[in-house]
Amino acid sequence: MPSVNLNVSYAPFVRTKDSIESVMYNVALALAPATIMSVWLFGMRALLVTLVCILSCIGFEWLMDTIRKKPASCLDGSALVTGLLLALNVPSNLPFWMLIIGSFIAIAAAKHVFGGLGYNIFNPALVARVFLLISFPAAMTSWPVPFAVDMETAASPLGILKTDGVAAAMKSLDLVNGFYGTMNGSMGETSTLALLAGAGWLFYKRYITFHIPLTMLGSVFLFTAIFHLIDPAAYAPPLFHMVTGGLILGTFFMATDMVTSPLSVRGQLIFGLGCGLLTAIIRLWGGYPEGVSFAILIMNGFVPLIDSWDLNDRKAIHQKKSVTT
Amino acid sequence: MPLPAELSIPLSQHLGKPAKPVVRMNDEVKKGQLVGEADGFISANVHASTSGKVRAIRPHPHPGGQYAMTVFITPDGKDEWAEGLNSAPVDWKGMSKEEILKKIRDAGVVGMGGAGFPTNVKLSPPPDKKIDTIILNGAECEPFLTADHRLMVESPEAVVAGLEIMASLFPGTLKLAIGIEANKPDAIDALQQYAVPKKIEVLALKTKYPQGAEKQLINAITGRNVGEGELPFDRGCIVQNIGTAVAVYDAVCRNRPLIERVVTVSGMEIARQKNISARIGTSFSDIIAFCGGMSEKTNQVISGGPMMGKAIFSLDVPVVKTTSGILFINNSALGKSRERACIRCGRCVEVCPQGLAPWLLANVAQLRQLEKIQLLGLANCTECGSCTYVCPSGRELVHWIKYAKALVSSRKQRKSA
Repeated sequence: MPSVNLNVSYAPFVRTKDSIESVMYNVALALAPATIMSVWLFGMRALLVTLVCILSCIGFEWLMDTIRKKPASCLDGSALVTGLLLALNVPSNLPFWMLIIGSFIAIAAAKHVFGGLGYNIFNPALVARVFLLISFPAAMTSWPVPFAVDMETAASPLGILKTDGVAAAMKSLDLVNGFYGTMNGSMGETSTLALLAGAGWLFYKRYITFHIPLTMLGSVFLFTAIFHLIDPAAYAPPLFHMVTGGLILGTFFMATDMVTSPLSVRGQLIFGLGCGLLTAIIRLWGGYPEGVSFAILIMNGFVPLIDSWDLNDRKAIHQKKSVTT
Repeated sequence: MPLPAELSIPLSQHLGKPAKPVVRMNDEVKKGQLVGEADGFISANVHASTSGKVRAIRPHPHPGGQYAMTVFITPDGKDEWAEGLNSAPVDWKGMSKEEILKKIRDAGVVGMGGAGFPTNVKLSPPPDKKIDTIILNGAECEPFLTADHRLMVESPEAVVAGLEIMASLFPGTLKLAIGIEANKPDAIDALQQYAVPKKIEVLALKTKYPQGAEKQLINAITGRNVGEGELPFDRGCIVQNIGTAVAVYDAVCRNRPLIERVVTVSGMEIARQKNISARIGTSFSDIIAFCGGMSEKTNQVISGGPMMGKAIFSLDVPVVKTTSGILFINNSALGKSRERACIRCGRCVEVCPQGLAPWLLANVAQLRQLEKIQLLGLANCTECGSCTYVCPSGRELVHWIKYAKALVSSRKQRKSA
């Protein structure tokens, strides 16, 4: 008999092939249709923006790991996804130095100060987007027109809605075009079709569940529908809200971010509902035309509270049982 | 399989106190003769699995991962049964309850699914617990293992008779059921022709892990929930393994003590995968030789299934009453693996059959907050390992939970001492 070196290890001895890498790269793959769409709509500049964001995010990840003396995590895919999401969240004509600042904020200020992957409270890409929006409001809201040849820019449909009212906004946008994505907006958020295709892949791979997307989209739809029915002249129809802005991108790719969403099903339902309601409220009455990023970030802040409520509830059940038995 | 050159029979093959040796060095023993006597209520008899001479009684590697007192027997090759054992089948219907229980106890029958709880103790619940359901566990949900499956296909009448014998110990009409995962239709067919005339239900269960865990099985068959800290008899149920039912039949009707069992030999690295009927005490290296040897790539040998089994540290360990399988695998991921940060994907919460939050239990266990972890339902964990299986961060979730359980129970022992 061959003499063998027997290893002793913990059960179970079979493990899933899934890893952090496979989760992250699948999310990146799911974002591919939207990325390709943005290059088709906004030209090679969009590709450059994507590359700059991804490379600088990976670079900052490496830098932070080195400074914090942690094992290298820059190739685990999380920085790639953050960079990709950041790129898809900005207009394609944003200067490169702003992109690099955004990447720094995402990786260093939103992720590594909390302890790196798994410990961040807020979605890094959204923190960066909101930081850029507040710091450089003009650059962040001058949207290139699709297929433009001379860097022509215009307001987004939601911007028109905010400044010129429902009639002008509805005239500026054909809902079918909005669904396909030929409208002004951030690089990756315009094409509902491409985003839904990517989200379908995530559902198929079971990396996201329907709880957050359903409650979030549902509450935006219902909320805006109610006000549209009350006063169609003052409030845009719900479908307009569905296809414009970052709602689809935010719902399927950022609200469902594993790290910054609740763990339990009922927690996710509350989270989705909160995201949807806040989005609708900001869009209808807020100072900004778009509310998805703010809504998700605010709800991110509530996640520890939601999780601990759920756990205390479970604990109470266990305690009650141990008293009675 | 051929008689090995030596048998090493541990005195502890069950839950509870190890048996007391009742033979000495150089004693001649017959097949089926008592070598270790049950020591106390929760303990079990141990018997010689062939005739021969006792060579030594000393500590020896045990598949549980420790050294345990073991009786070494050098077979004389005659394989002679001790007097009165291995009789022609007798009818159990004339026997009294006490007689049946005594026979089960004398034969050293224990739960053969893995825990090894003495069967006679399980069949004598406290008088205030009314038993109305007996379930035979034919789910065999662990991957690789097919020992119970073969037993159900090859000796269905013994399985059914064993269940009937156990049912006769309780008053009134009981609900009798055999739960089998739906991926074993041949076992369901084989059992049905014997079980249906006896009013025993044969139920096809959804194929999923851990369908064969006691609490999940009871829930699937009766709809009852066995809560935290409760035992099946608190909900009127007794669950027995298929192998145990056959052992009960052998003990009661044929006067055969538990000295051999069906073992699944499997895994990618063994030449011939098969189910063998192995004598208790056969060393793993004898089994490897019988199955054509294992490849040089083998780096783990597992006693039990891949989800809840134990990696053994020596090929000298013997087959014991609870060895349902032996797996030979090449775990190449080993050594590379490193626990990484939780990315809060929630998969462990999703898969936990007991509705726990394994990620949090593991975190709290790492901090050794033993008071808090009990409030989170530590005792409810059945250690099925599903959480560790799905974790994309490669965290040893179930290991940390087991660690906390060990700390909690040792603290309790210290307090009560």
